[in-house]
Amino acid sequence: MSRPLVASLFERLRSFPVHRHGRAAVIGIPYAWLLVFFLLPFLIILKISVSEMETVRFKDLLELKDGLVTLTINVGHYVSIFQDDLYVRTYVASLKYAAVTTAWCLFIGYPFAYFMARAKAAHQPALLMLVMLPFWTSFLLRVYAWKGLLMEGGWVARILVALGVDHLLVKADLVPALGKFMNTPFSLVIGMVYTYLPFMVLPLYATLVKMDLRLLEAAADLGATPWVGFWKITVPLSKAGIIAGSMLVFIPCIGEFVIPELLGGPRTLMIGRVLWDEFFSNNDWPMASSVAAVVILLIIVPLTIFNRYQAEATEARR
Amino acid sequence: MSRARPILGPGFNRLFAKGWLGAGYLFLYVPICALVVYSFNASPLPSVWGGASLRWYHELAHDRELLAGLWLSLKIAFYTAWGSVVLGTLAAFTLVKYRRFLGRTLFSGMVNAPLVMPEVIVGLSLLLMMVSAQRWLGFPERGLVTIWLGHLLIGLSYATVVVQARLQDLNPELEEAATDLGARPHQVFLLVTLPMIVPSLLSAWLLAFTLSLDDVVLSAFLSGPGATTLPLVIFSRARLGMRPDINAAATIIIAIVSAGVVAGSVLIARNERRRAAEMAAAQRA
Repeated sequence: MSRPLVASLFERLRSFPVHRHGRAAVIGIPYAWLLVFFLLPFLIILKISVSEMETVRFKDLLELKDGLVTLTINVGHYVSIFQDDLYVRTYVASLKYAAVTTAWCLFIGYPFAYFMARAKAAHQPALLMLVMLPFWTSFLLRVYAWKGLLMEGGWVARILVALGVDHLLVKADLVPALGKFMNTPFSLVIGMVYTYLPFMVLPLYATLVKMDLRLLEAAADLGATPWVGFWKITVPLSKAGIIAGSMLVFIPCIGEFVIPELLGGPRTLMIGRVLWDEFFSNNDWPMASSVAAVVILLIIVPLTIFNRYQAEATEARR
Repeated sequence: MSRARPILGPGFNRLFAKGWLGAGYLFLYVPICALVVYSFNASPLPSVWGGASLRWYHELAHDRELLAGLWLSLKIAFYTAWGSVVLGTLAAFTLVKYRRFLGRTLFSGMVNAPLVMPEVIVGLSLLLMMVSAQRWLGFPERGLVTIWLGHLLIGLSYATVVVQARLQDLNPELEEAATDLGARPHQVFLLVTLPMIVPSLLSAWLLAFTLSLDDVVLSAFLSGPGATTLPLVIFSRARLGMRPDINAAATIIIAIVSAGVVAGSVLIARNERRRAAEMAAAQRA
């Protein structure tokens, strides 16, 4: 290598501003961390999902046999997922419960967030704090508390029986018998709506509170009734919050494990439980990986939508 | 007059709004109150009130398994909170200050995805990676470290969101002024940016701490023999039915967390007021 080239390279290096190193470190550390602990594990799941199980451990995809490298890809697990009625039904049930939970959270949460955002400015910090406080207290214990409330003789169960709600629920086939609420689709949805409601309310509140109320006055001046103003101005302007909130509820609900385990019953098998059993009870790692890979496939579209709106919501504020 | 006209007519609308909010808060708080009340119930059946008693608290104090789980959980939560704040601040800084770099979309996607990713998926994938790493490198052993790494992934995402929101609200002129006055980038960060984002760092710390203290699924996948965290102990008992000792444990946890959150928010509010006063004084000068 010629002298001048070395010298010029050295000069380049010397004049390389220090803050560029700083910048590289600031970006590089979390980036590398996420690549190793978030992205890499998914690639490993994909790899294991197509490997074969030997007696206790799965085989490597690439093997050196008689001086030849052989690549074995086994799609058998995926085939059995799509052929086995149990898996298909469980995936459908998971999507169904996630959708029902999202709908209820939106129905309860939208007016809730709306009234919060339109409450007196002095009351708003307290109202917000009260929504966030349960979020800080153990989710496991709050879900567990519903067991006591909904079991026979529990407070909520007694109130529901007194109001005659159980007649409606039996008719809708959500509970098996009068006065029996636990371990049914009903108790599962109560638990999921309860847990995820703050995740719906917070982004909705954030978009609704930023809204320019003069738009509604302008609409009223132009002759719009309050209802028209609400549907044509408030709802479209809170679209980002609706989508972010719905995704924050829908996506984690699909793979929910703890709530169905504590509040669900024989009729509410969800995919999180199936994955758990494949892994912990059957020790079938490739099968568990395939089940997980299909879940990832199911959530990839909602996840992309969520990421786009999350990026928009957090970056549009500048 | 900046308030919107009510939708359903004045009197009815306000009543409706209050009723809806009240019912919503009731829904959110009834289970928490129930746990606290049950914990003082002398009868082991939640449907029967057997008089007030501290019986379950006494039993708790001798529950070896639960206490060991609590100690392990507190340790992991402590390490998780610190790790999340450090990594989350770096990630938030990256997203707010550096608008262009290679793979920015991938980066922001990876930061946000753990917020919604079902925990069974994250837990399984991390575990399989750890097992592969153990096969090739001989470490890490499943236990405290692996659980910590899993919690850190979730904590990092939440911490980033919290710190990012704060960084975006900062007035960039302050940092620019410091740069113009000759401060190096790291000095700008330590002397100007950092003091202004301290409240969000405290919130992020508390959030990561409580998330870690609460996690069941990741811990179940990533724990090894002998490393049973408090939520794992509680979960395995709760699966079997109602256990009054869990109510007592729950009440203690709720009391500690509420005290921490309230203390944290008072601290943050005081800090904000002082800063506002200083800013006003500086502007008058």
